[in-house]
Amino acid sequence: MILPTFIIVPLLAAFLIVLCGGRRDRAGVLIGGAAAAALAALSVVAFINGRGEAAVYVMGAWKVPLGISLVLDPLSSLMLVMVSLITLTSLLYSVAYIRRLEGEGKYYALLMILVAGMNGVILTSDLFNLFVFMEIALFAAFALVAYGGRAQEYEAAFKYAVMGSISSSLILFAIAVVYSSTSALSMSTIAAILPQRDPVLTLWAGGLFLAGFGLKAAVMPFHAWLPDAHSSAPAPISAMLSGVLIKALGIYALIRVFYNVLGAPPVFLQAFLVLGAVSMTVGVLLAIGQWDIKRLLAYHSISQIGYILIGMGLGTTLGMAGALFHLFNHAVFKSLLFYNAGALETALGTRDLRAMGNVTRLLPITARTSMVASLSISGLPPFNGFFSKLVIILAALQAGQPVFAGLAVVGSLLTLASFMKVQRYGLRSERPAGALQAKVSWGMNAAMVVLAVLCVATSLMIVPGIRETILDPAVRVVMEKARVWTAVFGK
Amino acid sequence: MDKQPGLTLIVKTVTRLLVWMIFLYGTYIIFHGHLSPGGGFGGGVILALGLLSILLAYGRDFTLSWLNVRFLKSLEASSIILFLAAGLMGLVLGEVFLFNFLAKGTLFSLWSSGFIPLLNVVIGLKVGLSLFLVVLALAEFDLEKGAEE
Amino acid sequence: MILYALCFALFLVGLYGLMTKRDLIKIILALGVMGYAVNLMFVLIGYRARAAYPILEPGKPVPAMVDPLPQALVLTSIVIELGVTALLVALALRLFQKYKTFDITQIRRLRG
Repeated sequence: MILPTFIIVPLLAAFLIVLCGGRRDRAGVLIGGAAAAALAALSVVAFINGRGEAAVYVMGAWKVPLGISLVLDPLSSLMLVMVSLITLTSLLYSVAYIRRLEGEGKYYALLMILVAGMNGVILTSDLFNLFVFMEIALFAAFALVAYGGRAQEYEAAFKYAVMGSISSSLILFAIAVVYSSTSALSMSTIAAILPQRDPVLTLWAGGLFLAGFGLKAAVMPFHAWLPDAHSSAPAPISAMLSGVLIKALGIYALIRVFYNVLGAPPVFLQAFLVLGAVSMTVGVLLAIGQWDIKRLLAYHSISQIGYILIGMGLGTTLGMAGALFHLFNHAVFKSLLFYNAGALETALGTRDLRAMGNVTRLLPITARTSMVASLSISGLPPFNGFFSKLVIILAALQAGQPVFAGLAVVGSLLTLASFMKVQRYGLRSERPAGALQAKVSWGMNAAMVVLAVLCVATSLMIVPGIRETILDPAVRVVMEKARVWTAVFGK
Repeated sequence: MDKQPGLTLIVKTVTRLLVWMIFLYGTYIIFHGHLSPGGGFGGGVILALGLLSILLAYGRDFTLSWLNVRFLKSLEASSIILFLAAGLMGLVLGEVFLFNFLAKGTLFSLWSSGFIPLLNVVIGLKVGLSLFLVVLALAEFDLEKGAEE
Repeated sequence: MILYALCFALFLVGLYGLMTKRDLIKIILALGVMGYAVNLMFVLIGYRARAAYPILEPGKPVPAMVDPLPQALVLTSIVIELGVTALLVALALRLFQKYKTFDITQIRRLRG
């Protein structure tokens, strides 16, 4: 019963904000905050209820395969919890940050549309509906990247919009290929009929889907929009984009389509492995040479997505568990890193590492949380990055791919080196910092502290008792491949 | 160049006569969406083109003074809320979201197929007003100013 | 089969225009051409040989019809691409305000 509310609540909030808001953003903050809190509560309720079997909601009482149905299985509920958590902290962070920029309520309306689109992508079980919700979320993302009003943001938003449109055309092409061979759009029907058709069509569709969703997820040959877009956007939007958008639209869609619909053909798993390894190493190598802190973080996003792709490409249960665990962890620590960059930009007025000074006394919370996040992303215990990377490396060794395990270790070391550079030049350097240009508000500090606590708390997900309840059902949904739809629809 | 905004007198006269027929045609397409091709999207675009022909023929200032743009913006936002309310009526009546709760009527008549004409009207309003407001916002750009970093 | 190949050729024409043209407006038009190619292919997939248009009329028997589902999907896709084109044009106007040119080789402040 609560499945459509995940889409209705943010849409209603977005248009109510447009209706009631004026030049000030008070309506935006109140309605947006209420909607985000409601979504967070609902996602936790859905997670607790949906741990067993899946829930199906047929919209409009049209039965499958004529209608569109929403499906909540453990993988979807994990992603919903992640999205609503990062939305809540981003909203907390945005209040003071956006007031400094332009201060209109439209920002909150666009944020709510972004959340509605992402929730729709996570919940739907119809291929064209996935495309429509993905476009909704992308519109809001294009507009939000250009929100600040500076020249670089428009340039970055234009590049992002053009590349996003190309990838949407490719995904439409793939849907056309799938529809022409199976005459169905619902994922369960496609998964049942596609093995009986020509396997060349699966290869065609898979290749086009890989190109389209890969561009959304910023895997290596298609990554060119990400450094510009994520570094020019306002900091809470960079956190939402890098933390949840490339995962909900890119990685989650890849997992759904390749595992549950196409049945994970081995050639594509091999492609995931190769692309993941390339992303991981080239991303971190390009990141080390950067002096702009947000561009550095954007290149690290590409590198961490490479880790997740390696976990997905291994095809084993342990690999998939590592990939999903790293997905969740990356959302937490990457958002925290972007919040820190935004706080540094607010306080010091610059994004260049060479121009920053020692802020340990002036911004104590920022300095300490950035140390927590840097250790997490580099993979040091007891933070969550260590455990998820360890699972991926062990899975690679177990699946007989020692080369990828070695590359993962090298990638971790290079990530550590690059973040030690950030800490040394940016936050703890010998030069004292100048006077603060603006205060870092309590909302920004609260958001950073919440995520830093979660960085340590989510490493508990590896503990066997907790892992059974949270991570294993999601992995089981993925590994059942095409048979998961009979469990869901009972055919 | 002409000092008067907009296009020539012939265009203005023809637009003044024709724009009401464009609105009528758009409304016809929207209302018969469940019987013939068209529906919300196509009819909405025709309504938007009617408003846009006024913008093109008479110029931006006249259109802003003739139309109440704040009312149009509120109407656009509330049409989505109307759509969600129509969907939620299904939930209120105990069935699923977007359940067709009005009577289905006889085949081929105008008042048939439940609440699909209502949804067509809402979508037509939304698409038409959005398209017109987007082009109006683009027309309000002043390309000379705003070169700071 | 040759129709599908021609659709793909139209898509490639759009892609060529996207990659080689330097004017922002021409890039937006090339994106439009790519969108038309994909929509055309979608509608062509619904074609059935010797079938009629998919509209029921009172009094006439129901003939064999072409597939109406791709036509509905293409409607949705056209509206989505309309929105993206509007957004891109607004961004192009803002870019002209800031950079004073529509030439994409001059709009390169982001490097690295």
